[in-house]
Amino acid sequence: MSYTPHTEQDVASMLKIIGVKTVDDLFVDVPTKHRFPKLELPEALTQMETMWELEDLSSENLPAGKTAMFLGAGAYNHYSPSIVNHLILRGEFLTAYTPYQPEISQGTLQAMFEYQSMICALTAMEVANASHYDGATSLAEAVILALNTTSGRKKIVMCPGVHPEYRAVVRTYTQGMGVTISGDDMDTADPDTLISHMDDQTAMVAIQYPNFLGQIMDVAKVVRAAHEKGALVCVVTLPVPLGMLKPPGLFGADIVVGEAQGLGIQLGYGGPYLGFFATREKFVRKMAGRLIGQTKDVHGEEGFVLTLATREQHIRREKATSNICTNQGLMALAATIYLCAMGKHGLKRVAELCYHKAHYAADQIDAVKGFSVDRSKPFFMEFVVQCPRPVSEINQYLMDMYGIVGGLDLAPFYSSRKNQMLVAVTEMNTREEIDALVDALKEVV
Amino acid sequence: MSNWTIADGYKYAKSDEWIKQEGGEALIGISDYAQNQLSDLVFIELPKVGASYSAGQAFGVVESVKAAADVNMPASGEVIAVNAELESSPETMNQDAYGKGWIIRIKLSNPADLDALMDAAAYTAYCNERA
Amino acid sequence: MKEPLIYDLGSPGRNGVLMPQPDVPLAKIPKDMMRDDLDLPEVSEIDVVRHFTRLSQLNYGIDKGFYPLGSCTMKYNPRLNEDMARLPGFAAIHPYQNTETVQGALELMFHVQEWLAELGGFAGVSLQPAAGAHGEFSGILMMRAYHLDRGDTKRTKILIPDSAHGTNPASTTMSGLQAVEIPSDARGNVDLDKLKAACDDTVVGLMITNPNTLGLFEEHILEVVKLVHDCGGLVYGDGANFNALMGIVRPGDLGFDVMHYNLHKTFSTPHGGGGPGSGPVGVAERLLPFLPGPIVGVVQEPQSEDDMPDFGFVMPEKSIGRVKAFHGNFGMFVRAYAYMLVYGGEGLRRVSEMAVLNANYIRARIRGVYPVPHDRINMHEFVCEGRFADAPDIHALDIAKRLMDYSFHPPTNYFPLIVHEALMIEPTETESKETLDSFAEAMLAIAREAHEQPSLLKEAPHTAPIGRLDEVLAAKQLALCCRPIPIPENA
Repeated sequence: MSYTPHTEQDVASMLKIIGVKTVDDLFVDVPTKHRFPKLELPEALTQMETMWELEDLSSENLPAGKTAMFLGAGAYNHYSPSIVNHLILRGEFLTAYTPYQPEISQGTLQAMFEYQSMICALTAMEVANASHYDGATSLAEAVILALNTTSGRKKIVMCPGVHPEYRAVVRTYTQGMGVTISGDDMDTADPDTLISHMDDQTAMVAIQYPNFLGQIMDVAKVVRAAHEKGALVCVVTLPVPLGMLKPPGLFGADIVVGEAQGLGIQLGYGGPYLGFFATREKFVRKMAGRLIGQTKDVHGEEGFVLTLATREQHIRREKATSNICTNQGLMALAATIYLCAMGKHGLKRVAELCYHKAHYAADQIDAVKGFSVDRSKPFFMEFVVQCPRPVSEINQYLMDMYGIVGGLDLAPFYSSRKNQMLVAVTEMNTREEIDALVDALKEVV
Repeated sequence: MSNWTIADGYKYAKSDEWIKQEGGEALIGISDYAQNQLSDLVFIELPKVGASYSAGQAFGVVESVKAAADVNMPASGEVIAVNAELESSPETMNQDAYGKGWIIRIKLSNPADLDALMDAAAYTAYCNERA
Repeated sequence: MKEPLIYDLGSPGRNGVLMPQPDVPLAKIPKDMMRDDLDLPEVSEIDVVRHFTRLSQLNYGIDKGFYPLGSCTMKYNPRLNEDMARLPGFAAIHPYQNTETVQGALELMFHVQEWLAELGGFAGVSLQPAAGAHGEFSGILMMRAYHLDRGDTKRTKILIPDSAHGTNPASTTMSGLQAVEIPSDARGNVDLDKLKAACDDTVVGLMITNPNTLGLFEEHILEVVKLVHDCGGLVYGDGANFNALMGIVRPGDLGFDVMHYNLHKTFSTPHGGGGPGSGPVGVAERLLPFLPGPIVGVVQEPQSEDDMPDFGFVMPEKSIGRVKAFHGNFGMFVRAYAYMLVYGGEGLRRVSEMAVLNANYIRARIRGVYPVPHDRINMHEFVCEGRFADAPDIHALDIAKRLMDYSFHPPTNYFPLIVHEALMIEPTETESKETLDSFAEAMLAIAREAHEQPSLLKEAPHTAPIGRLDEVLAAKQLALCCRPIPIPENA
């Protein structure tokens, strides 16, 4: 039997030492009426047969390598250098647990410390934790931090430019907290409208940069207005654009969160991904999630430990900053390796490639009769295209005729954005792919 | 023979804070038993001067590496002074729980609150039964 | 030999992975929007490989040896699962791709939902929660929503045994409800009288881990469930200990209304130094409408007998809402599915049988020497005390650190809170009798050392890459980041 080593002899001698006759005797405490149910489940396959089964299922999917992919919206087809996988597959990283025993976990602890430092550097913030499940839940945790630090305020203002699924998650998380959420009932993201929702009951304002529609807004203006009202500002962002753009910390953001899947983590149909969370030192004790700190051992050697654990659920229980236990540790390691592999110059180059290719694509698509690109605000690597027909029809055509995965249909996400497509372009899209998309669109009208 | 001392002349709450009345005011801290249970203290969240709390209400938090505990008012009153030194040296609460480790000074709003508290002998018994 | 920080390696101007030149005309870049500096390492690829390889060698993992962490289920992480998760058809698909182009992925998710439902005895499953605590939070929100939907607004309490994992009360607080602690009795079960006294019409439900964190199967589980149901409450099962139950008993059959699974425990997905995990939730019929969604369902029945149905996403009609962006930790579903296929239904029962056998075996071997407060047949883990009446200076911590010198990872320390100097030992079913014997022998040797040469324990570990670390210093002098942080422009 795969992975379970026991022979009949092993079982017999172990039962004897325990002092019971059969394996079934170990389950005396289970109510007899419900014991040993018949399960309607298939029989075991060998590893080889399992491999065939999964290869079959996998072959029914269309992967990015076999198509030109123009979908983004929070998950991106970025290049992942080979060393990322090779290093995270090392058994000492892959099969280790949370580093609660620091003497034999310095590998994980130091790597996470480096991860925290790089997130701080990327976002220009003072302290970062060792990860949340994804960008959406990081935002929800930011809301909880704001509620805990603004003495009794219960209002959250969210810009419609924040990823719709992130806003939905915030609503789910806060359904038992007596919180009101406003600001995102309109479909356009504009600083002045957002500011008009802020008052002295606002605990936190959430904006995204670049936003869900790819646009870059005046973050500093929103921060100034929020701070005047005594509210915190959480900026939701992405790591690859920060390879070029001014980091949110410089605008005075109180919290910076986002999705770091773009740092070498596979698209993987939506997960596991990587939520990052960074804030100011003054909030560190209210921040959820694991934290690694530097210290010394009994011989004076430098080392790393989990610290400020008293915020966490296993100590503080019902008064914990959050219930989070398991995080996205291996993904944080992957992101750290990616950032080291790309480095200062590489990440900037990746960002530049995305920027230039996206702007080229926007120019070409804008020139196609019947299509127009929203250029009302600067954008980074995603942009909104007003199409002459419903996006679902256009995407069906692109797939059926050319095997191209078109951009996101915005209509299900924003009710007023009919026939609008969100196109993402990354360093993985060649000029030929972009030109082929443009040529295909010309046929659509 | 226990690992902690109980100071005479102080009154004690079930939640392990001590209170020493001085006329219409009182000093408040955590008992030697409490600091022994918590072990090395690393942080304290102090209240603001001017804030008022009722008896039993939490006014601050102390943290060690293995625990975090609310610090509660043994009696109601208004905070008129806080021991700010504890922010840089929280270990003072471990070293001198009844003296230099005082946490806040309050103006008592209801001195009769102290009648409900334990004296040194009663508190000693209470600590021993939990040990 | 200390490994430097990556920032202290390399040199200015050094490049790692090179990217191509742009193959498109360059767009204008508004300078005022751009950052001046990007503070990341400047190392070559070989530097990166060596740095992380050397760091990995400072770690202990299941691949290296026995890892008996109670409640964590540190079983072997099959490499087949890793290969399958990396098949391009799973690894390189975008979550928003048209469902026609990812039917294989949806079918896989559907099968995982079905397997989990069948194993747990539930009517439906959502795969969305990303970890156990996330599943717990979803479960409590569902219970709360269920009562509100019935028009019952009086219920605000969640009953939680004192042996519960900290995530239980923490999840309760996040849901806006109040955690009420129920003591355990002398045999390690939930105290039935105290539970009865607490059950009234203000109770949303009970959160219970079965087997509990002492590794014991609740001897009165049916009465417990009945007491809670009788007062109108629901029963939430913390499925962290499900490794003891597969094919043995189904929580749904016992009357549980909702339970979370930990794919990274029971279903062998790797712990990765802290995550990622996956915490699907299974529910009884009456909670089906409230599942966090969307979930995978059949959106078009097959047209003929030989055809496959079309799979798609379905939002349960009274869903508590979305708890995560996209569809959950899909990569962990692939791994778990590969694991399930390799065992089949009967094989999973064997997994639980051997997990329980292994735990009882270790208990039998060390019980005379280590006090076992509840010395009866346990499930997949058991708790003993890491202390000796005649060596009062020795604590569980010292035993744990000394085990490292014997090349074992220590068991869980100081949990559950209701046992003094607790050591919670969970071997899992992938360990052989030889490994268990050598662990038992190490424990017995350490017990002898505790009496004869206690300094060996007090000063342990002696052979780990580093000695005991100063956690007080780490908390007092917070050093959480090694880079200088620029001051905000408007500061």
